[in-house]
Amino acid sequence: MTYSQPQPQQNGAASVVELAKDERIKEMPAWRKALIRPELGAICGTIIVFAFFLVVARGTGMFAPQGILNWGVVSAQFAIIAVGACLLMIAGEFDLSVGSMIGFAGIVIALMSVTWGYPVWLAIIVAFAIALAVGALNGYLVIKTGLPSFIVTLAFLYVLRGLTIYGAIATTRQTIIGGVAEVAQGDPLAWLFGGKILGFLFVWLADIGLIGKFVAGPKAGQPVIDGIPMLIIWALALIAFAHVLLTRTRFGNWIFASGGDAQAARYVGVPVNRVKILMFMFSAFCATVFATCQVMEFGSAAADRGLLKEFEAIISVVIGGALLTGGYGSVIGAALGALIFGVVQQGLFFAGVESSLFRVFLGVILLMAVILNTYIRRMITGER
Amino acid sequence: MTKPLIELIDIEKHFGPVIALAGVSVSVLPGECHCLLGDNGAGKSTFIKTMSGVHKPTRGRILIDGQEVAFSSPRDAMAAGVATVYQDLAMIPLMSVARNFWMGREPIRKFGPIKLFDFERANAITMEEMAKMGIRLRSPDQAVGTLSGGERQTVAIARAVYFGAKVLILDEPTSALGVRQTANVLATIDKVRKNGIGIVFITHNVRHAMAVGDRFTVLNRGRTLGTAKRGEIKAEELQDMMAGGQELAALEGSLGGTV
Repeated sequence: MTYSQPQPQQNGAASVVELAKDERIKEMPAWRKALIRPELGAICGTIIVFAFFLVVARGTGMFAPQGILNWGVVSAQFAIIAVGACLLMIAGEFDLSVGSMIGFAGIVIALMSVTWGYPVWLAIIVAFAIALAVGALNGYLVIKTGLPSFIVTLAFLYVLRGLTIYGAIATTRQTIIGGVAEVAQGDPLAWLFGGKILGFLFVWLADIGLIGKFVAGPKAGQPVIDGIPMLIIWALALIAFAHVLLTRTRFGNWIFASGGDAQAARYVGVPVNRVKILMFMFSAFCATVFATCQVMEFGSAAADRGLLKEFEAIISVVIGGALLTGGYGSVIGAALGALIFGVVQQGLFFAGVESSLFRVFLGVILLMAVILNTYIRRMITGER
Repeated sequence: MTKPLIELIDIEKHFGPVIALAGVSVSVLPGECHCLLGDNGAGKSTFIKTMSGVHKPTRGRILIDGQEVAFSSPRDAMAAGVATVYQDLAMIPLMSVARNFWMGREPIRKFGPIKLFDFERANAITMEEMAKMGIRLRSPDQAVGTLSGGERQTVAIARAVYFGAKVLILDEPTSALGVRQTANVLATIDKVRKNGIGIVFITHNVRHAMAVGDRFTVLNRGRTLGTAKRGEIKAEELQDMMAGGQELAALEGSLGGTV
């Protein structure tokens, strides 16, 4: 036996000094440390996109109050579904049924309120209840069957879309149900999704000349912006809620753990199944918020609403620095990803560029984001 | 003679027609490192899974502090002070050391109805516990992925100890490690043992076992081949028992040295 028993450390301080001097570890500069965060790619992207459009679309009104509101609303739409997709992806799962859920929830609200004459608030509550139940079913099936969520939610992408179109046609012979705006007049819950707030602020801003007023037409004398749509408030509230939940709570740690390594998390008592099912429900909740806002804004529901939204949500999340394999990501990053989306989509319109190029942009930025994120992850975990 | 922390008596475990364990008895005393040796397929994994509540024994008794217990889940075992550190499933590499350390038992700070993760406390305790084990972290936010395999094992051990483990089961903690890292893990085992915690050290490396072991139990084909105290047995004898004796002796001859 030549192997000797390791000597216990006699002096704690000495051992710390000895450990501190590992000559193979390079000092990491502070700037590089600051760079290692999931949102890095999205922050860079946001700066580039804004710089680009400030140059290209400066004279087009894109950065006038109305223009800001325009891309602000589009970005908020992306952000609402991106937040749900973000937490779910960090928990290690996907939801491809988001787009179909948007169409489905919208038709549920319109059918109940317009076609069957129930109050709008009840229609909204029922839509949320059904959506949460479908989200829970998605999660339950993923957990119980052990199948990839990609497959399970792909099935629901088709099932929900089919049911939506069938339901609309079977009851009204149309795929578009209008007249929601009329029945939603004065409804206590509809306002929460379709209303606007802080209108007085814009009247005041217009009075002191900071924003313009309509000079002609029926709205002459009113400010060009009559308030901040609730859609934007929802987006900001969901971002704040999800960010705090993820980074500052026990449950947030469980989300990271469930996506990082479900088995290791189970061994230390994290209720992985509950976390995942709740995240599927949250994703469905966000889709329904999106759907309700859209129905209230347009005054109608259409069975084909929300097409491809699941992929736009996932791309926002990936641009925001989340890993497709789960366990890593950021809500702020996903929100910035959604902002990039909204600014580019509307910016190309302002700049007079052919809008189909937006898809080209999407594909390119998705690739760039994934490459950058892979590199960042390597820096974090120290793998080569 | 001190009383054992945990005693497993004549444990049998059958999986259908397969008898994985055919009567294994092991006890762990406070402050001892009990090495469980065995070749692949000897029943080591099944045995520690029985001890940690993953499997229910088909026959046999488990006593903790002299009281008979029946674990129905790993959580039961953990509540009774039996903690297991698995070789590869101990840590989540993308999460920070502090988040890993507290995973499943996060400290909470209340702000009215809102309960937030108390990072201040979590970070401070994590740094302190890591320093006790001789690991200097750059910061508690450092991802576990940046730690070496040995350091990861040490974080997992520190976590189990901090959360009140009385019996610590280490599943092949050294099998994937280099020489220096192995020495660090063995030093950690020694530190933990001095706090009066009983350690079950599973390995098939006799040299690692001899370095820290107080008692040695060899498993072979689902049976215990007896328990020996430190100094009563030589490394070669343990090696022979693990491999079933004769075949290895023959092999050793043809390879011209110790295996």
